[in-house]
Amino acid sequence: MTDIIIHCALTLLFPPLLLGIIGKTKAAFAGRVGAPFLQPYYDLIKLVRKGSVFSETTTWVFRAGPVVTLSATLVAALLIPLGRHAAPVSFNGDLILFAYLFGLARFFTTIAALDTGSSFEGMGAAREVTFSCLAEPTLFIALITLARTSGSLSLSTILTHTTPAGWLATGASMLLLIGALFIILLAENCRIPFDDPTTHLELTMIHEVMVLDHSGPAFGMILYGAALKLFVLGALFANVAIPLATGNALVDWVIFVVTMAALAVAIGVVESVMARLRLVRIPQLLVGSTILAAFSMLLVLR
Amino acid sequence: MNAIADQLLVLVMLINLVMLGSSRLIFCIRAVAIQGVILGILPGLIHPFSGHLAAITAGIILAKGVVIPTLIIGAVKKAHIRREVEPYLGFVPTLLLGALFTALSFVFADKLPLAPEHRDLLFVPASIATLLTGFLLLTTRSKAISQVIGYLVLENGIFIFGMLLTEALPTMVEAGALLDLLVGIFVMGIVINHISREFSSIDTSRLRALKEE
Repeated sequence: MTDIIIHCALTLLFPPLLLGIIGKTKAAFAGRVGAPFLQPYYDLIKLVRKGSVFSETTTWVFRAGPVVTLSATLVAALLIPLGRHAAPVSFNGDLILFAYLFGLARFFTTIAALDTGSSFEGMGAAREVTFSCLAEPTLFIALITLARTSGSLSLSTILTHTTPAGWLATGASMLLLIGALFIILLAENCRIPFDDPTTHLELTMIHEVMVLDHSGPAFGMILYGAALKLFVLGALFANVAIPLATGNALVDWVIFVVTMAALAVAIGVVESVMARLRLVRIPQLLVGSTILAAFSMLLVLR
Repeated sequence: MNAIADQLLVLVMLINLVMLGSSRLIFCIRAVAIQGVILGILPGLIHPFSGHLAAITAGIILAKGVVIPTLIIGAVKKAHIRREVEPYLGFVPTLLLGALFTALSFVFADKLPLAPEHRDLLFVPASIATLLTGFLLLTTRSKAISQVIGYLVLENGIFIFGMLLTEALPTMVEAGALLDLLVGIFVMGIVINHISREFSSIDTSRLRALKEE
């Protein structure tokens, strides 16, 4: 029971802090002081207090977009085990629901962008959909590989199954899998090298361009949803990459929080040392990640 | 020891894919050099230590990891080309084909009537995958130097396969190393031949003279 409460509390409160840590890391690399760690929370509070402006050309789809996106991501957060604790909701085959909840969220983001009729937003939607359909096979192949090694179809078992000993036994294939998952983590969350979350030039934007017309609480929901998505996919990555378990529930929670913070720092470092890729190179990298995952599956199936 | 050998073979197969996806020649040559060094370490892992073996390992690492790459890099610098610009087939399609070939080589290796002690090792699939990667590089790239790299990869594949036989025939290792040297010299012959045939007209000093006139 306490585990479920901690799970929900972490899911609701922790995600914006990840963005704060990433921002602080990037600032440290650039030699700046940077915004405080809690800045994303202040931004969210500011946005919630504001009023919304809706264009007359938009329909209900535009208003439904942020709500559906956020709720789909929240449901996905319930399916994923955090730390070494089972998820509040889990059943056989929930990994497919998990992957397609993100699909649903993306569908509504893009359709809300198309609803505005803006040509820039249509372009962003086209890019987002193209890249995500290249990223999806990787996520699935990675999940299949993990399902195969753990012999289960439920995310809770799959992700809590990996142990340091099992890690060493499967060595190479796990490393390949982690490489592929990290690329997907960056691509799905629109981080550098795929997309620059701080860019403000419509022609080069992917994700940010789709949400230009949203304002006030709706935009707050989008920001919060993006942070939550980073948190959920980051938790998936952390479960596979750092399978530490002490057996003590509280210590495991602490380890999980530290791991997530370290992951945010790692993302910040990647963003600081890398430049954004040219658009034509992005599919190449995504195909590369699919091949990594497929190769790892091949080694496991053998 | 076999577990470490398997991880190294996975690395060899990854290097194959890296080479298929990259357009930078110098990068490809370095990758082939690393592959050669890994191949040099492998016999030491699967066979008991002896002075003979140490000499062979050193020889292979020196030939595949240092001498041949240095020679080819020299040729690349002389010819003033840095990238493979117009492959007959694009980089993403060749990468996908390479992944497909790797998968198929695993299937094929399962069907082969191998000795029971070789069944669980990665040697056979890795060697077939490397062979096929070499073929792919040879057939899809247009620059002479890329083709030489393909040839080296092909030879690496043959070398991996040869390592399985060394238990029965210890002299095979030696012969393999000798063959490598031979191939190295042979390859360089082809390189120089190709370069002189393809690039004699692309003499940079003469191009500069044309521009000034």
